Amino acid sequence: MTSITEPRVRAGSAAEPSRRWWRSNTWRRLMAHRMFVIGALLFGLVLLATLLAPWIASVDPMKLSMRNRFKPPGAQFWFGTDNLGRDLFSRVLHGGQVSLLVGFVVVVVNGIVGVGIGAVAGYFRRFDNVLMRCMDAVMAFPAIMLALGIAAALGPSMANAMIALAIVAVPRNARLVRATFLVIREMPYVEAAVAAGARPMRIILTHILPNCMAPLVVALTFVFAYAVLSEAVLSFLGVGTPPPAPSWGGIIAEGRHYMRDAPWIVLIPGAVLAITVLSLNLLGDGLRDVLDPKLKVQQA
Amino acid sequence: MNGPGRDPVLSVRNLGVSFRTDGGEIRAVEGVSFDLARREVLGIVGESGSGKSVTALAIMRLLPEPPARIHSGQVWFGGRDLLTLSESAMRKVRGASVSMIFQEPMTSLNPVFTVGDQIVETITAHEKLSRAQARVRAIDLLAKVGIPSPTRRIDDHPHEMSGGQRQRVMIAMALACKPQVLLADEPTTALDVTIQAQILELLRSLQAEFEMSVVMITHNMGVIADFADRVLVMYAGQVVEQAGVHQVFDAPQHPYSAALLASVPRIDEDRRRLHTIDGSLPNPADWPSGCRFSPRCPHALPLCSTTVPELRQVSDAARVACVRWPVQMASEMASEMAAEAVRGR
Amino acid sequence: MLRLIVSRLVSALPVLLIVSLIAFFLMRMVPGDPTIVMGGLQSTPQEREAIRQALGLDQSLAVQLGRWFAGLARGDLGRSVLLGREVSSIAAERLPVTFSIAIYAFFLTLVLGIMAGVLSALRQNTWVDQLLMTAAVVGVSLPNFWLALMLIVLFAVELRWLPAGGYVPFTQDAWLWFRGATLPALSLALLQIGLLARITRSTMLEVLRQDYVRTAKAKGLSHFKVVVKHAFTNTLIPVLTTIGHIFSLLIGGSIVIETVFSIPGFGLLLGSAILSRDYPVIQGGLLLFAAMLVLLNILVDLVYAKLDPRIRYDVDH
Repeated sequence: MTSITEPRVRAGSAAEPSRRWWRSNTWRRLMAHRMFVIGALLFGLVLLATLLAPWIASVDPMKLSMRNRFKPPGAQFWFGTDNLGRDLFSRVLHGGQVSLLVGFVVVVVNGIVGVGIGAVAGYFRRFDNVLMRCMDAVMAFPAIMLALGIAAALGPSMANAMIALAIVAVPRNARLVRATFLVIREMPYVEAAVAAGARPMRIILTHILPNCMAPLVVALTFVFAYAVLSEAVLSFLGVGTPPPAPSWGGIIAEGRHYMRDAPWIVLIPGAVLAITVLSLNLLGDGLRDVLDPKLKVQQA
Repeated sequence: MNGPGRDPVLSVRNLGVSFRTDGGEIRAVEGVSFDLARREVLGIVGESGSGKSVTALAIMRLLPEPPARIHSGQVWFGGRDLLTLSESAMRKVRGASVSMIFQEPMTSLNPVFTVGDQIVETITAHEKLSRAQARVRAIDLLAKVGIPSPTRRIDDHPHEMSGGQRQRVMIAMALACKPQVLLADEPTTALDVTIQAQILELLRSLQAEFEMSVVMITHNMGVIADFADRVLVMYAGQVVEQAGVHQVFDAPQHPYSAALLASVPRIDEDRRRLHTIDGSLPNPADWPSGCRFSPRCPHALPLCSTTVPELRQVSDAARVACVRWPVQMASEMASEMAAEAVRGR
Repeated sequence: MLRLIVSRLVSALPVLLIVSLIAFFLMRMVPGDPTIVMGGLQSTPQEREAIRQALGLDQSLAVQLGRWFAGLARGDLGRSVLLGREVSSIAAERLPVTFSIAIYAFFLTLVLGIMAGVLSALRQNTWVDQLLMTAAVVGVSLPNFWLALMLIVLFAVELRWLPAGGYVPFTQDAWLWFRGATLPALSLALLQIGLLARITRSTMLEVLRQDYVRTAKAKGLSHFKVVVKHAFTNTLIPVLTTIGHIFSLLIGGSIVIETVFSIPGFGLLLGSAILSRDYPVIQGGLLLFAAMLVLLNILVDLVYAKLDPRIRYDVDH
């Protein structure tokens, strides 16, 4: 009985795994994968736009202008303006910085902490039980609820949103890494290394970790998508990045009251958010298909 | 015991199967023709990758149509070309007139349903029996294939049985509707040696009892020697030799058949080294031109890589696809190889 | 079987213990003084002191933990600071609402998700497959609160087919309940439908590759029998194991969806508790849902054990 989080390590990889996984063959296959390319292009577009926000959107996202309230998208204001006359294009781009930054940090933290916990649990039998019970406990809460609770406790800020989302996402990653470790630990070449007297740290770093790379990269891509989406939920409910700093969820929350007269305030940020998350999901799908087609479907 | 009958019950003519892959079009089976007589056991022997299984799957039309494609040939059975039948007509043939058993008994049965259920559904799919009547026959079949306490074990699930028992169940399922032809694709390869012998013995006695024709696919020459009446030797998707079993063993005509036989170690010979065939099976996407065996053939001539040898009738019951088919030369080669083996080269 | 039930419950205990500890420490995570946050910036020191005493925050950690667990044993999940009521009684009142919509959404998820997944697998690489899988990946990417708002604009404002909010209990008027619950259930379900479709498709594709499916075809069984009897049953069983996860996502989404549609369920309550920092409610609610999901997962495990003969064999022997 395989769960969603357990990967299948490539059968027959009894020999030393190749170190140069970034070399041409994999890259070529990725480039040939249509969904991956679309996802990469879309994400690249969003990334570029948000990074270059200060230069592309010259209008200050916080600048109020009562004269320009509720202007629909047009030549002057590409995405229109909101209830306080702020340029929506600028706000959406700057809000994107928040979303992508949160996503990035959550992924990095997951990568380090999740891998750390998974590695320890997978390699050292003593800690396995305790660690996994803790992971199970965190996973028992509905993810978004726990994140909301933690964010509510810590206070609304971007940093706290990062912490909350990271905490909620770590257990799944840890499980994944642990599962890979459990399999590879039994491999003959690991046994050989242990017999030769190698220290655990060295074995983990040189033998086991490289084998985790494929499923890990796929999983982390989906974590990015989850983080961007969840950050928006947090902001929408008021426990994410606090106003007046723009965040996609926050803009939608404010625009919610004016949906009848100015639907673009809700429509556009949501569409951009959906496109960003979609691009990440497509990237993840592509990576999964190329890096390990036998991997069961990971959840977004 | 009746020997093989005269009219062929199954006739394969010029069967050709190719696979479309990322690496190009792979011609897995080409120009395969043979007749199967009533009550005859035809052995198809060859290395892995020679196209034996694909041939059998093509006859049953069990190959997934993309990426596989049966691009040529006819399969005559009961007066009809099976390759032209509609899918629903073919379904009536499968399991009832032509049955197949497979190599992996551990995974060939559905784990969720009982053994009895899986035999009964074969029967009720083809005959107008009630489930109760079908169940009676199923118990009978289980007894016939050597499952002890069949009335109890009929309600077992596959994982409650050993590999050998599961293969017996597969045989029972295949024989449930008394087919005329049984295709057996390496049925004993995945089993322990002692069980192998039992299953083969079972197949032999059932073949006699049900008066079936059997196509036995294997890479094991011992099985062929034991069981087959005639032999088809395949290499690289083509038939290279076709002869009676005694003839193939005594005087193999094709260099490949000779080499296959020579590479089987014999307990009564004193050999220092195992005889192997130089080289390895070529890439199916890129078969050698001319005779596909020529790169590895110790007796290849320059013209072997330019001419495709036809399968020619050499004697009453034998055919060979080799440019150097003359009987003398072939038996010379065989004795030469045997002599080399004895010298321990 | 009984042994399995007991063993699962027993192994769930440490998890539940840690779950309740996490819930307990949630309030203690607040940087600074939680009573200021709960009472509000305008609150007087007396008010804050009253809150502190009511929540037992003036006691030592050991005493607090003791009181917490003693309360849990009694079924006491805490007391709302804002509403002055027991969390458990609020829950009893509001959970049925949340569940009615969650179950509606769950039903939609199962039917649409599995159908889409099976269809895609059977028509692999055709336009049907590509269309469904594109829809699935888009569905998984849409923010549910945004989708909810879009659905409201389309169906409630423009077309006026369905109401934009409000809720009528099922027991009161089934048809009105249905009308009021449809948009929320759809918004809630879309993510899960996409997810389930993808999982079902990949599971089914794998099952269709199995040897026993080839055997079924070799026996001359009808296409229907091969697909439904042999392939589908073996697909459904592993897909079943994802039910716990799907329900977890449905429950999680209820906070947002009930907020957008103004549905008086427990999700809405939790949402406003989060905004107003009513920590006892947040803690109690989180704990309640986590415990329910743990039990649900045990139930799913047991059903799975009953259905899969291989597991049943291990259990009974």
